[in-house]
Amino acid sequence: MQTLDWTVVFVYLGMIIFGWINIYAAVYNEEHQSIFDITQNYGKQMIWIATSILLALIILSFDAKFFSVFAYLIYAAILLSLIVVLIFGKEVAGSRSWIEIGSFGLQPAEFMKFGTGLALAKFLSDTNYDLKDFRQLMKAFVIIAIPVLMIELQNDTGTALVFVTFSFVFYRQGMPGTILFIGVGILILFFLTLLINNLILIGILALLAGVIIFQINRTPKNIITILFILLFSIVFVFSVDYAFNNVLKPHQQTRVNVLLGKETDMLGAGYNVHQSLIAIGSGGFAGKGFLNGTQTKYNFVPEQSTDFIFCTVGEEWGFIGSIVVVAAFAFLLVRLINMAERQRSAFSRIYGYAVFSIIFFHFTVNIGMTLGLFPVIGIPLPFFSYGGSSLWAFTTLLFVFLRLDAERLNIL
Amino acid sequence: MKYKAYESRKIILRGVVILISIIFVIRLFYVQLIDERYVLSANNNVLRYVTQYPARGLVYDRNGELLIYNEAAYDLMVIPRLVRKIDTLEFCRIVGITKEEFIQKMDKARKYSSHKESVFEPQITKESYGYIEEKLYKYPGFYVQSRTLRKYPHATAAHSLGYIGEVSPTEIEKNPYYKMGDYIGKSGIEKAYETELRGVKGLKIRMVDVFNREKGSYLEGKYDTAAVSGNDITMTVDLKLQEYGELLMKNKRGSIVAIEPATGEILALISSPSYDPNLLVGRIRKQNYPMLEADTVKPLFNRALLAMYPPGSTFKLAGALIGLQEGVISPESRFSCNGVTSLPIKCSHNHYSPLALREAIQESCNPYFWGVFRAVIDNPRYGSTQKSFEKWREYLLSFNFGRTFESDLSVERSGNVPASEYYDKYFGKNRWRSMTIRSLSIGQGELLITPLQMANMMAIIANKGYYYDPHIVKTIERENGTETKRPKKRITLIEPRHFQPVIDGMYLVYNGDRGTARWYRDDTILMCGKTGTVQNPHGKDHSVFMAFAPLDDPKIAIAVVVENAGFGSTYAAPIATLMMKKYLQGEFEVPPYEQRILESNLIGR
Repeated sequence: MQTLDWTVVFVYLGMIIFGWINIYAAVYNEEHQSIFDITQNYGKQMIWIATSILLALIILSFDAKFFSVFAYLIYAAILLSLIVVLIFGKEVAGSRSWIEIGSFGLQPAEFMKFGTGLALAKFLSDTNYDLKDFRQLMKAFVIIAIPVLMIELQNDTGTALVFVTFSFVFYRQGMPGTILFIGVGILILFFLTLLINNLILIGILALLAGVIIFQINRTPKNIITILFILLFSIVFVFSVDYAFNNVLKPHQQTRVNVLLGKETDMLGAGYNVHQSLIAIGSGGFAGKGFLNGTQTKYNFVPEQSTDFIFCTVGEEWGFIGSIVVVAAFAFLLVRLINMAERQRSAFSRIYGYAVFSIIFFHFTVNIGMTLGLFPVIGIPLPFFSYGGSSLWAFTTLLFVFLRLDAERLNIL
Repeated sequence: MKYKAYESRKIILRGVVILISIIFVIRLFYVQLIDERYVLSANNNVLRYVTQYPARGLVYDRNGELLIYNEAAYDLMVIPRLVRKIDTLEFCRIVGITKEEFIQKMDKARKYSSHKESVFEPQITKESYGYIEEKLYKYPGFYVQSRTLRKYPHATAAHSLGYIGEVSPTEIEKNPYYKMGDYIGKSGIEKAYETELRGVKGLKIRMVDVFNREKGSYLEGKYDTAAVSGNDITMTVDLKLQEYGELLMKNKRGSIVAIEPATGEILALISSPSYDPNLLVGRIRKQNYPMLEADTVKPLFNRALLAMYPPGSTFKLAGALIGLQEGVISPESRFSCNGVTSLPIKCSHNHYSPLALREAIQESCNPYFWGVFRAVIDNPRYGSTQKSFEKWREYLLSFNFGRTFESDLSVERSGNVPASEYYDKYFGKNRWRSMTIRSLSIGQGELLITPLQMANMMAIIANKGYYYDPHIVKTIERENGTETKRPKKRITLIEPRHFQPVIDGMYLVYNGDRGTARWYRDDTILMCGKTGTVQNPHGKDHSVFMAFAPLDDPKIAIAVVVENAGFGSTYAAPIATLMMKKYLQGEFEVPPYEQRILESNLIGR
């Protein structure tokens, strides 16, 4: 136990408890003042926290080898539960992603991130594996693609998007940086397409290509490469435009438009983000104080105990509290990188990066969303948001890594 | 250990984490510390500023009879920004409006402001208030605001009391005290004393949740202010006299103004036809106002203050006073009269000739006053017609003819006393003489006077040379005591000694054997008066009478105009007489002519 990384454990405990307090504040009402009242979300969260700690203890008591040996099995089991959900699941808010066990609901998709991380670590840690081999790379992608497909079939795009984050794992494992670079480039081009008139954008791209050709060493190869990129960009612009208008559902189009500032429908899709900003913005420097947040307490912010829990932090604890939370995440994430790097086994290290990637993605997208920097993608803030599945899943994700990390010195 | 080759990538990944965190911190810094909009929006979200409407001041007559009081009413308010998708049909049913009205009202409210409240449906009934209040949680953005409505227990003095109405956008612009849906005095003393009557609005700050449900007061009411009731006002008007005057003027067009000479207090201000002030209160106002406005007899028009008439023969009193003051006549001066053959102005009364001043007033002899006028205008002392005319005009201005009073009346017209420039322009400079403007001598021509000015003229004569600006409010009850209105004493250009012969003449009008109002002579009160039969382009002559009483200690000065009613002695004189008796005696033995007055209908409906 002395090899257990207690720092991370304390950060974890601090986050879930602070999260619990904020859930209490967010859904506080005078009729149910006790934070232990299990008819309310905060009371329920208390049960989730208690069971999570129990879960963590169980995980820590496992043999570390268990996870690498049974990685594929765990992956397959969770995948199976996804299929079960698709057939027998309960539909909540348009998503068929809940499985009911008694009066409790679970979302297997939350655990799928963990399972996929495990399987991916197992697959990539194979000594024969070479990321430069295209066929191997494709196999790794398939491990990710299957759950993504299943989750998308459940109509839970937010969770499906999380799997994009595994590209960080690939990157660390030696995937050429250009792929990441191209990915980011495509993302920028995607937003520009939606923001700027297509013909003007193509004109700008052509001009840019011309300037680059003029500047660089004009070998036929270079010129052809750049012209090829230009052609690809133009095709991309038109296909994005087509896809946006014909493939995306209207509410998804609206969300993107609101984010891009093209729409200001304050009662529709922009409402969440606007109210979220009002709540956070009105917190000021030191916040309004515990239970004094009017915006979150009086339900102006939707989903305030789940996806928008950060609003409560921003409103009641102000700039100070918000910074503490952001800093805590930054600290945890950097620590996870360091911990992953100190692993002697490739499996542990890759799994560590998977943990990092998943938490990083949730952190970035969730807080980015509440701050109006990202589109509204309904994913929880790890350890903070209300919800049993996500808390259990994140606890499992983190403590499996802590268990592996505790074993690091025993591996030669 | 091939992965070691990529170990440096951990630095980039750390960098990405740090970068994202910094972006978040910068964003938080901006949103929480720099941009103030969000605090404002947060307050708008959660704080409801509920105006506490003060009770408007009560209004009493001079004897303490209640003229205006308040009754509770409830307005349904809306803040368009907060309105969510609601069951419009059910809502319309509860409120009792159609869907079209709903859309129209919402549009109107949005047009005014989407984040400020405006009245959605004014003055809902008590019953529907209870019902709506109960269902209101279903309709975010709507709430009920209580306020008061004016009630008039006596349905009298509509013009003087005036009415209140919803404040107009221009009034809001001029005075930020008012908000859309507030009420403001639109006429009468409601307008003139708006700042006294309205009180001070209070404010309660309430917190509400996203469904607009009240969650308690903000900071335990630290910033709440209580409403301060308006000040009560006591008018100078005598309710009994006012009501009697309205009764006498029923089915007649015209007005009565009665003034207490010693103070300038208006005892009665009657404009007929009038209307029931309760018609312009609450929801019924919407239908009634256009109806009254479209009425051909113009019930909304305050004739007592706004109608301008040539004074006719009543003006002879002023003519005589000017002649005496100028020294061009004495009470014993005589001017010959040839009756209907007199030139240039004939006399319609049959009397011996020549008359002295007292008899001339008694008989209202036109040639006599033409003679006086000519003596003033052709007075060689001033060198020219124009100069002596200006002198003559100065006297009239000192009676406040051609000018408005410094008064608390909300509206008033000045009447008209032509200036010499007017005649210069009309006839050419030095091309007009006393002969040219002779009709002025008998109060016709360009001269125009309001009934208020006529009554004031009587007060001047009763006071022998001075007056107080006529006013309609006697006292205002303030928190720190009672304020009594005391207007300035104004002295005319006529010396007191010149009034006696004129008053003697007026006495004869009632009491002389040949007085033009001898039929209304009263044995119990000594009255003084002067008839006027005013030619006008609108048909039959206006019947005009001016009087004061009692002779030795005048308590009431009065002017009566009955439009198109013929001789001054037929209608105006008996009405004035009855009014004076009513005021001075309260209950009196009803003379036989009252019946004729009450029964006559000169409007024809």
